[in-house]
Parts: sequence; C-alpha cells; structure tokens
Amino acid sequence: MAGHATMRCGEFRTSYRADTTIFPTPMSRNFALGGVVVLLLAPLVLNAYYLNLLIQIGYYGIAALGLNILVGFTGQISLGHAAFFGFGAFASAWINNSFGIPVILSIPLAGLLTTAVGMIVGVPAGRIKGLYLAIATLASQFILEDFFARAEWFTGGSSGSLANSISLFGYQMGTDQRYFYVVLFFVVVMFLFGANLLRTRDGRAFVAVRDHYLSAEIMGINLTKYRILSFGISSFYAGIGGALYGHYLGFVSAEGFTILLSIQFLGMVIIGGLGSVMGALLGTTFMVLLPEVMTSLVGTVGDLLPGLSQGVAYIKQMAIGLAIILFLIFEPDGLAHRWKMIKAYWKLYPFSY
Amino acid sequence: MSDAAPLLEVNDVSLVFGGVRALTDINFSVERGELFSIIGPNGAGKTSMLNCVSGRYSPNQGRILFQGRDVTRLRPNQRCQLGIGRTFQNLALFNHMTVLDNIMVGRHHLMRNNFFTGSLYWLTGAQREELDHRRAVEDIIDFLEISHIRKAVAGTLSYGLRKRVELARAVALKPDLILLDEPMAGMNLEEKEDMARYVIDLNEEWGMTVIMIEHDMGVVMDISHRVMVLDFGKKIADGLPEEVMRNEHVRTAYLGEEAASDADRNERVA
Repeated sequence: MAGHATMRCGEFRTSYRADTTIFPTPMSRNFALGGVVVLLLAPLVLNAYYLNLLIQIGYYGIAALGLNILVGFTGQISLGHAAFFGFGAFASAWINNSFGIPVILSIPLAGLLTTAVGMIVGVPAGRIKGLYLAIATLASQFILEDFFARAEWFTGGSSGSLANSISLFGYQMGTDQRYFYVVLFFVVVMFLFGANLLRTRDGRAFVAVRDHYLSAEIMGINLTKYRILSFGISSFYAGIGGALYGHYLGFVSAEGFTILLSIQFLGMVIIGGLGSVMGALLGTTFMVLLPEVMTSLVGTVGDLLPGLSQGVAYIKQMAIGLAIILFLIFEPDGLAHRWKMIKAYWKLYPFSY
Repeated sequence: MSDAAPLLEVNDVSLVFGGVRALTDINFSVERGELFSIIGPNGAGKTSMLNCVSGRYSPNQGRILFQGRDVTRLRPNQRCQLGIGRTFQNLALFNHMTVLDNIMVGRHHLMRNNFFTGSLYWLTGAQREELDHRRAVEDIIDFLEISHIRKAVAGTLSYGLRKRVELARAVALKPDLILLDEPMAGMNLEEKEDMARYVIDLNEEWGMTVIMIEHDMGVVMDISHRVMVLDFGKKIADGLPEEVMRNEHVRTAYLGEEAASDADRNERVA
C-alpha cells in the first residue's frame, strides 16, 4: 500500500517511544549527528568564503523554518517575512545598544519582540485567508519598511544602526571562525525546537488547520488562536535569524529587508518542501549556493566565451527564477520529497516499491 | 445536574438561510445511553440539525441544552470540550497527515502540552503525555481494526477506510455524545455490517450516546433505540422504530409504499 512507511530490514520498534523519534531510523539520526560533528570541524579547514556561505545558510535557514511553519504547516501565506527578519536585526541591535544587555541575550529577546509584532500582524489572519491574507501581509511588509526608515530611535533611520559583535564570557566571537559556532548552536536548537513542536499537540493542530479548518474546529482547535500563534512562532524564528544576521554584519540598514527578500524566503520554503523541517534547510542551502555556483560556472565558461562575464548578474537572477519554475513543475513537493525518494530507492533496490 | 435530565435537549430550534427555512421549530431530546437516528428525504434538514448541535450553524431561534447547559451560542471547539464529537457526511479528514496523526488530533482538547512545552519535548513531560495518549489512540485503532494502515497518509486510503478513520478520530475526542452523519453511505454490505457493529459497540461498550443520520432503513430499524423523521425542515414523527414505521405521514413523506413494504418484510424476518 502506498501509505506504508518503508523501513530498513531488521528495524523493529517495540515501544511507542521508539515510534515517535525525530529521526525515523538510528541510521538517519547518526548521520545527522555526524553532520553536526563535521560542521564543528568546518572552521578549522574551510576558508572565509565557504564559512561565510555556511553562516548565511544558518541564519536564513532559521528564518526559512519559521516561514515554513507558517506557510507549509499552517497553510497561511505571508509576503512580509523579510520585514520580520529585519525587525529582529534592528531589535537585537537596539536592545544591545540602548540597554547594554549582552548580545547573547539580546538575540532571543529580539526574537520575542518580533513575536509580539508578528502576532499583531497575524490578527487579521484570524479572519482572512488566501489571496486576501497575502495582501494583508504585503501591507505589513511596507508598513514595517516605512517604520525602519522613520523610527530613528529604534533603527537609526536612513543611516542604519551598528550591531556589536557577540562576546561570550569575555571571549570575542566576532571572527567568522568563532561566529560560525554561535550560528550553528542556534540552528541546532531552533531546528530541534521546530521538529519537537511539529510532532506534538500544537504542531498537529497547525497541520489540522491547514488541511481542513472546519473539522479542525470540531476537533476542539481554536482556529483564531492557532492562526495567530503560527504568525507569532514564525516571527520568532524570523527575529532570531535576523538578529544573527545583524550581529554578523555588524551593521543593519533598512535596504536589506525588501519584498524581494520575502519572495526569496518563499522560494527557499517551496524549493525545500512545504511542510518539512528538513526542507527549510535544504531549500535555504539551495538558494544560497545557487548564485555562487552560477558565478563560478559563468567564470569558468567566461574564459571561453568572452562577453559572458558582464552578464553574470543577470544570469544569476534568471537562474533563481528558472529554478523556482522548474521546481514548481517537476518537484512541487520540494527537495525534502526528492530526498525521501532517493532514500526509498536505496532501501528497496532492485524493486520499485 | 440531575440524572433525570436528558443528555441533549433541543427546544424550538429554527434555522433560516435567506428565504429557505431549513429547520422549523424542532423539538427533541436524547437520553444518556440512547442510540438515536434521524431520517428523512434529501434536503429535509438532517445535516443542518446536526450542524446546529455541533456548532457549525447557530440557530436563528430556539435553544440547545447539553447536559443541562445552554450551548446554543458556543463555538464548535468549546462544544467539543464539553463532550460533543462528530463525523461528517463528506469526508473531512486531514488528508496529508497519517492516520495516526489524524486520530491524535482528536486528543487535542484532552492534552495539555503547548507550543513551548512541546518544543522542549523531553524536559517538560510533553513526551510522556504524547505516549499516554498514543496508548489510548492505539486502543481505538484496535477497536476499529485499522492497525494495518496507522502509518498511511489519510488522503491515499479508500473511501470505506477513510470513513472508519473519521469515526476513530471522533471516538478519540472521548465524547459523551457522538454525532454520525451517514456513517454507512457509499459502503457495500460487508462494510455496512462492520460499521453497524462498531456503532453498537460504541453505544453499549464505550457508553457513548449516539445520534446517527442514515439512509439505510434496514440498519436504522435494526440498531436504533429511537427514530426521528424530518421532512422539509419539520419534525413529522419521533418514537420507537416500529412506531415510526407505522406512522402514516412517514410512509407518504419518506418511505413510499415500496420501501414501506420492504420494511415490513424486514420486520417479518426479524
């Protein structure tokens, strides 16, 4: 039957506890742990360029997971995610600069502040759906952008605001090598939280609201509460991601948080796989690496075809657009689904199912 | 609340959609432990009646009392907490979730962990709670004989199985009153027999009071304790199955002579 989960030979579950783990098999858990260990060693071997890419994947990935909880799991569209990302960046810098609260605390506090803003924006979501909600969140994107430009006490206005680098126990974490560990810590914690959330009561409630809101209500789920809560949690992730971004660059200015970034976040979530925790990370990796791969590809080909290298910027943009279109057509369930298929293929070979 | 009071009391309920009177002055009550059926032709207002009880619609007039408490204006999710569960006529499963998760959603109002304690899974007792409820859900899965599909995605199942999963989800709510909207529609004889057995077991062993809408007169007459007949939004009869069967109004309005003679034959066989 199509719905049966395929399992490795010799994989026997004898308790419900073993049946509710985050990772389906010990093998996949060990791979994930191994991956983290490899990443712990990464700063020792990788140069600044690659570390920079990994850090980008980290903070964008956290924000993308937030958007996936909102769009993929709760089924509510948002075109304002970049604004929340930016709000987190400004908020963390502001908390650190004005109150002298250490950066390691100002990052989660910025997350909470962004949650509050997200829940206010989410209030209309209790009442409207689909395209109308898309427009409402678009409005919030522009309102927040305007706020960034005008609220000088908070953002420094058009000149932007400085974000101090992070220090732990008097130990400066400003360099890429050290900051990488900070980001890795947040990524692991936030993704664990996300995975746990989505296998417990409120996570199921989100999916129930997405799949059939009328019967969700009959099952005792308060629709308004969960729609707004989803916005809140999504904003929390965006806020944390944004704060990490701000303290990494050391300087936050309003130009970075436009609608274009919001669309890119949506692209990450769709390419990675709507409704998949792992997909958020896969999609982000794809979206961050694609332009880089295109650049180096064009660089290589450019030697053979002079004149192409001037067009790199356009080719990058077009490649991203093309990737999204191709994914929508050929793999609407995203990279996470493709990965599942690949795993199933290995397990079942030589049979097709 | 005294034991003498009926579990559900519907007083003078009317429901109007624009110019259409879906329900007119409906009165009935259901005692604790009863298996109560609502029958009537298409468009008679059966599902509208159920929607009023479960909270989808709120009646324009009249009151609905559940366990002696006025629930007329409560939201559906609040009624669920008081002990009203239901299934839908057209399937309303969460199609992208597994069967197991679908049924676990039914435990929602009985669980206490939230987005925060859930995120800290191992530290806050969320895991223990999940496993406790998993055990309860597995009992229901056993009872409805769907253990072979518990990991299947609900949207991929056959119609008959989906109906059963939906029943399982409603049972997981641990309701005092369960509303079944055409549980046997579109099933073959064997599946109907199974479903009838589940409904009787729910009523007798699980102690749930059942209100059922069903078109299969054989089943209705066999398993119901009491039957109410609706026609054009009005109640035309209410009583024991045999009484209702003999009622003149019911014969002309709903059964027609042919069906009525079928029912007579059923009676003789029984």
